[in-house]
Amino acid sequence: MSIFVDENTKVIVQGLTGGQGRFHGLRNRDYGTKVVGGVTPGKGGSDVDGVPVFNSVKEAVAATGATASFVVVPPKFASAAIIEAAAGGITFIVCITEGIPAQDEAVTYNRLVEDFPGVRLLGPNCPGIISPGKCNIGITSGDIALAGGPVGIVSRSGTLTYQALYELSQQGIGQTTCVGIGGDPVPGTNFIDCLAAFQADPETLAVMMIGEIGGSEEERAAEWIKTNMTKPVVSYVAGVTAPAGRKMGHAGAIISGSKGTAQAKMDALAAAGVHVCLNPTEAGQKMGEIVKAF
Amino acid sequence: MDLFEYQGKQYFARYGIAVSPGDIADTVDQAVEVAERIGYPVVVKAQVKVGGRGKAGGVKLAHDIDEVRLHAGNILGLDIKGHVVHRLWIERSSDIAKEYYASFTLDRQNKVHLGMLSAQGGVEIEVVAEENPDAIAFLAIDPVRGLDVETARRWVNDAELDEVAREQAAELLVHLYECYTKGDCDLAEINPLILTPDNKVHALDAKVTLDENASFRHPEWEEFRADEFEDPREKLAKEKGLNYIGLDGTVGIIANGAGLAMSTLDVVNQVGGTAANFLDIGGGANADVMASALEVINTDPKVKAIFVNIFGGITRVDEVANGVLEALQRVKISTPIVLRLDGTNAVEGRAILAPHLNDSLMTEPTMLDAARRAVSLANA
Repeated sequence: MSIFVDENTKVIVQGLTGGQGRFHGLRNRDYGTKVVGGVTPGKGGSDVDGVPVFNSVKEAVAATGATASFVVVPPKFASAAIIEAAAGGITFIVCITEGIPAQDEAVTYNRLVEDFPGVRLLGPNCPGIISPGKCNIGITSGDIALAGGPVGIVSRSGTLTYQALYELSQQGIGQTTCVGIGGDPVPGTNFIDCLAAFQADPETLAVMMIGEIGGSEEERAAEWIKTNMTKPVVSYVAGVTAPAGRKMGHAGAIISGSKGTAQAKMDALAAAGVHVCLNPTEAGQKMGEIVKAF
Repeated sequence: MDLFEYQGKQYFARYGIAVSPGDIADTVDQAVEVAERIGYPVVVKAQVKVGGRGKAGGVKLAHDIDEVRLHAGNILGLDIKGHVVHRLWIERSSDIAKEYYASFTLDRQNKVHLGMLSAQGGVEIEVVAEENPDAIAFLAIDPVRGLDVETARRWVNDAELDEVAREQAAELLVHLYECYTKGDCDLAEINPLILTPDNKVHALDAKVTLDENASFRHPEWEEFRADEFEDPREKLAKEKGLNYIGLDGTVGIIANGAGLAMSTLDVVNQVGGTAANFLDIGGGANADVMASALEVINTDPKVKAIFVNIFGGITRVDEVANGVLEALQRVKISTPIVLRLDGTNAVEGRAILAPHLNDSLMTEPTMLDAARRAVSLANA
């Protein structure tokens, strides 16, 4: 099984007529994802390579029965697009947009929680989600993933997500679902949401978790793992050598004072029984050992 | 983007927060001119983006023209924790009856805004938090609802500010919250927020971090940018549109993606090396970006080897390989380059580079192997 999406998930692409939206939306469709429509205000009635375009999410949902949306619009329009998706009946929103102001994210997140409690937002600033062989929403290259499980992946970083997929696929180890939660300060979906879903998924037997400096989500995940997780977890945390007070590329990857260091996160994870590895390759090898022992 | 104190105060003033009258000075003569204009006594304050200025001798009181000359002369050029003082802020000295603390930042764990207010200001809030946590009144603010003056009034009561300060402080906090939210700050902090003997509340210091993602709606931030970078490498990188952070080591780093770039620093460190920089060239890097990246790293005399770590996703490795070759024609690189190329079109990419490989351009099959090679070259 997979988490959050599966082979029946119907997806619309908000921003399908833009360059990025067209490229990734069609790439997702070609992977086998049920991309049933696009949304661009004012371009309703047209199509992108056979995918019908609608003026609003509401129209698109009414016409296609979509439940998921792929938001690929510029930062200044992203918050409105997310709220429009939720108001239009979408229950799973993937937003890859990088560069949304933190103040907008804070408002959008809380509006979703307050007004649309049944809606899950993945991202922003994330690579998306792929359940190999079933559904790919986002910018992950489908050919580095391997179907069949038994490993679930959750990661804050895009390229390290690809690295993790690659390390496992190279060893012939498949993935149930790979979720990129994104590198921004206010992610819609966090580690615990994904760990809980993987714990509940009978086909996921082990989880690879990739964190990075900043915030305290890894520490909270460690607490959750200690009391709730029975499946083995292998982790890698990037940024051991990152200097304090500097944003390391991602808006959320910053050590504030003494808070948010990689070492503190690794210590918390190790104390929760997680296999803590020092680089992505070591994490891949450790997962290889665990899976081969099943 | 971190602001200097004087920029923070200018920003506060835009949102109606009371600050002391003052002006900037880059020379002793300018300092004297400002002091004579605003009236004595004045405080001469070093403008550096690092804490602990007072202890380092970077903040001095001056009662007359001679003292301004003396202190301005001493403070300009002073090295405070590696930050050399090039600019002063001269402001009218304030009599202080009480020092408070106020700040707004994002509570990432609870995904709401967090206000912190204390009647014990003027010292590091981290110290107060540790030694006397009850002295800080925390306020969780729903970003959708914001902060109204009624809530601010209850908050200043909870924080037990002096009675005479409360109404002014409540109104100032609403302005500060507006500065923090509408002004797109990651942090807006006043320490100390003072009460004067004649019962006025105003900001004596300003610590502001702006959220770069919101630049598109703040054309007024342009004026802050001229002085943004102290590191010339970072200044050049910014001009070239690169995501670069200067460090002190000998291995230059180029990677695609922030996570992979961070991870590359870690791996270089694990195998006994030190990174000279963090540099994320992002997705879809072309020859131009690669040339700029190599150019910036090439200006760093400490760099003894360059490690290019690419995992192709959207970025195609064959394009990266072509980019490296093109870059080498455009930029004269004197240090050896080690590449690790994986992911989309890696086979094609390696094939493109194969005929050009030599002692100064080499590839390794894995991230670890490449790190070891680069580090051994840098340490040789």
